[in-house]
Amino acid sequence: MTKPAAPRSFQEIILRLMNYWASKGCAVLQPYDMEVGAGTFHPATTLRALGSRPWAAAYVQPSRRPTDGRYGENPNRLQHYYQYQVLIKPSPPNLQELYLGSLEAIGIDLDLHDIRFVEDDWESPTLGAWGLGWEVWCDGMEVSQFTYFQQVGGHDCKPVSGELTYGLERLAMYVLGIDHVMDMPFNAPEAPIPLRYGDIFRQTEEEYSRHNFDGATTEMLLRHFEDAEAECEHLLAFEAADPNSGKRIVMAHPAYDQCIKASHLFNLLDARGVISVTERQAYIGRVRALAKKCADAFVQTEAGGWTAEVTA
Amino acid sequence: MADLLIELFSEEIPARMQKKAREDLKKLVTDGLVEAGLHYAHAEALSTPRRLCLAIEGLSLESPTLREERKGPATSAPEKAIEGFMRSTGLTLEQLEVRDDKKGQVYFAVVEKPGRAAPEIVAEVLEKTIRNFPWPKSMRWGAGSLRWVRPLHSILCILTSEAGAEVVPLDVDGIVSGNTTEGHRFMAPGRFAVSSFDDYAAKLKAAKVVLDSAEREEMIWHEAKTLAFARGLELVEDAGLLAEVAGLVEWPVALLGDIADEFLALPPEVLQTSMKEHQKFFSVKNPKTGRIEGFVTVANRETADHGATILKGNLKVLSARLSDAKFFWEHDLRIVKTEGLEGMGAGLANVTFHNKLGSQAARIERIEALAREIAPLVGASPDLAAEAARVAKADLRSAMVGEFPELQGLMGSYYARAAGLPEAVAVACKGHYSPLGPSDEVPSEPVTVAVALADKIDTLTGFWAIDEKPTGSKDPFALRRAALGVIRLVLSQQFRANLGPLLSEHFVSVDGSRNEAAGGLGGTYTLLVPDASGRKLDVRALDLLSFFHDRLKVHLRDEGIRHDVIDAVLAMPGSDDLTLVVKRAEALSAFLKTEDGGNLIQGFKRANNILSQAEAKDGVEYSFGADAKFAESDEERALFAALDAAEAAIGPAMQAEEFGAAMGAMAALRAPIDAFFEAVQINSDNEIVRRNRLNLLSRIRQICLSVADLTRIEG
Repeated sequence: MTKPAAPRSFQEIILRLMNYWASKGCAVLQPYDMEVGAGTFHPATTLRALGSRPWAAAYVQPSRRPTDGRYGENPNRLQHYYQYQVLIKPSPPNLQELYLGSLEAIGIDLDLHDIRFVEDDWESPTLGAWGLGWEVWCDGMEVSQFTYFQQVGGHDCKPVSGELTYGLERLAMYVLGIDHVMDMPFNAPEAPIPLRYGDIFRQTEEEYSRHNFDGATTEMLLRHFEDAEAECEHLLAFEAADPNSGKRIVMAHPAYDQCIKASHLFNLLDARGVISVTERQAYIGRVRALAKKCADAFVQTEAGGWTAEVTA
Repeated sequence: MADLLIELFSEEIPARMQKKAREDLKKLVTDGLVEAGLHYAHAEALSTPRRLCLAIEGLSLESPTLREERKGPATSAPEKAIEGFMRSTGLTLEQLEVRDDKKGQVYFAVVEKPGRAAPEIVAEVLEKTIRNFPWPKSMRWGAGSLRWVRPLHSILCILTSEAGAEVVPLDVDGIVSGNTTEGHRFMAPGRFAVSSFDDYAAKLKAAKVVLDSAEREEMIWHEAKTLAFARGLELVEDAGLLAEVAGLVEWPVALLGDIADEFLALPPEVLQTSMKEHQKFFSVKNPKTGRIEGFVTVANRETADHGATILKGNLKVLSARLSDAKFFWEHDLRIVKTEGLEGMGAGLANVTFHNKLGSQAARIERIEALAREIAPLVGASPDLAAEAARVAKADLRSAMVGEFPELQGLMGSYYARAAGLPEAVAVACKGHYSPLGPSDEVPSEPVTVAVALADKIDTLTGFWAIDEKPTGSKDPFALRRAALGVIRLVLSQQFRANLGPLLSEHFVSVDGSRNEAAGGLGGTYTLLVPDASGRKLDVRALDLLSFFHDRLKVHLRDEGIRHDVIDAVLAMPGSDDLTLVVKRAEALSAFLKTEDGGNLIQGFKRANNILSQAEAKDGVEYSFGADAKFAESDEERALFAALDAAEAAIGPAMQAEEFGAAMGAMAALRAPIDAFFEAVQINSDNEIVRRNRLNLLSRIRQICLSVADLTRIEG
């Protein structure tokens, strides 16, 4: 088999990952339309890792970490970046081989590079989730996170999902041999209008860095946090039987949206520096409580494995 | 006899868990086999990142036949009892034997357990081992419920004898045992069959897997040293890193790289820490300059380009890391030069140390005041100690320590020098955290000692004040370590200080911080109670002192001083002066090891027992002083004289803290006391004589107790 040629742009790497995982049977989803801190927050991972129904999805998720803003100056750090996320349930026995295949697909020659699986257990205190796995090293650089989910929202994952997370910018910079993220070709360098990462994101990194550190109104953020928390609990307090449609409808996803919101608001408050060390733990605990309630609700839905027969 | 080979093949096992896993596998399997009646000649466990392996030589082929007899009820017993016996033994009435017993005829069950073949036992033991393996963390995968450290893919289990190799049949949740394994993931993929351990090890090596971690360590060390040597450089030893790296590779290949010139100005500790923590690189030193100029990374494979691509990638990652470190270093230096080290720490006012104890800045203020107070006791300048305390934690706000918390203190000393602070202050920045563990070196520079003591005492009083004391195995704030640190600091230079008042006063400043942290609503906390010496001390200080005493006991026990000896000394006034306590304990311990000492204790105890009984019986205390004129025998008179002499010698000796001399004077009492008990009956018919003798015993007790509380000595 001939080895794939080296990709030449950021988007080519994303497209190759899309094609690769589509060819391995994953549903290629689109990003979730909300601000999240990592690809894991997408309901296609957090919620779908719960319950007994099989699942296989791959998607890009724009992610925001307000405290990582560096005004577009740092070669590796961004407050807005992309993660590529794969979740397969139950985790197939050849998941490591499938993963290595994806590296080859984006032009990493496994005969020349040193790929290592180095212990790194994953835990998300805000999602009440944890798993065991590795960070994957390519020539000493972390290129992915590889996790077997054990618990999400306080629920045991049965069956277990295998989760792969690629930090796209870093991986692409490595594959393309780029030293500063802003210099990375986003589309093909010979395109009529070649665009670099910086052409698209340098200005927004500046604007959002200023917003995250100085601009955002903290009173409003605090208020919205309270609102999101209250709304999440409000939505989950409804009876399952919906009088309008006559159907059984648990509003797990709308409630989870509020949990995501609360989480992002907390991240912004953190970046604004208004959360003390001790308060931090309390806020994380509040988001975790929401995530747990959403997980409880999701397993009461069909997608979460609920069936009328089981409860009858 | 046969040889057993087991291999549990999985996805990558964390490096730090492999050693214990080898030991556990060997122990669980061999214990299980032996318990089931098999015996073996030799067992060895080996591991790579993807496999745990156990090779057992000279395993017996079957377990011996066991004959078990059980006595049952009499033949005349009720039917129910006999039925019950049959049920429990699984035998019919015909199969039971009837034997004569003292009480008549009795049923006996004789069960013969035939020996079992080794494969059956091995399968049973291995399955149990796999299901109950004590991984520190284990997981499920796929749709199964089996737990292993990472997904378990295959089980190789073969018994090899002269007749050849046979697979021991075994099925653990669908993983069926076989005689195959896999080679190196990238260099020699694919499964192959093996027929014995030698065959297995040889084929693995051909498939680019070095099975033995010790051999991999050896290879890495040898290759890395050779590479460095060829360049006139030397490898910095790091046994922990070597073991870890050996647990990350099946086919180690060492590669040497250079650190770019622009990073060579970084402190060597920064280079080493960054390379080790993030990249698992060994540091390579230039012996001529003493600088870290290169690194060795260990790849898990050979490549057609002899590692060029791999090394290039590693260099790129390293340079990104070191760019960060350099940025932090330069950023920190700039701040220190413009705002001073104290300026760097200004932000500590916004950092909470503990929500009930207020900010780091409040804590530093307390430490500064305490260091100033302690300074004269340890021979340090109070001003310098205060200055050092003020800046010692400033580096917690540095960018470098933010990235590498393990460099706290060390960076402080670099930055203190850069800020032009006195050398003693720079040294204290690094040293005031010491001693960390029981074997960590104890600092001796006076300013460092003052700050180190103040730091630890503040930690202890702080957590004592908010009732966060260690309980059982829980000691989240490492308070035992802090107390031992204080003890070792005090003892190492024989510092003299009464901790009681010092602690008591410091609780007042801690309470101030608590009040502030509670927004002025903290109220007062102090309860003063008198201690053994009659000083009024904070009740929490007394509790904390007894915690110090407990730690001191542990510490001295390790030095070979018995706990009862320490108890005898701690009961004396001034026990908050740890140096004094230890001097006394050492003298007493030495004294008890002499013949006179041991015997004197017996004499003292005898006197004390008789006296205590008499006092209890008579309801009075015989402490009026004895009068020599009522003495009836020479022995009695001799004892009076000896006690006078001892008293005259012991008082001044104790005053001068010449405990050896005091003990010696006490030892001189041994012969007169022995002779006295030999010759004299305490319970005389003459009540005056009896009371005088009891008062004489009281003097023995009083004199001996002025040296140490000998009632606490055991034996």
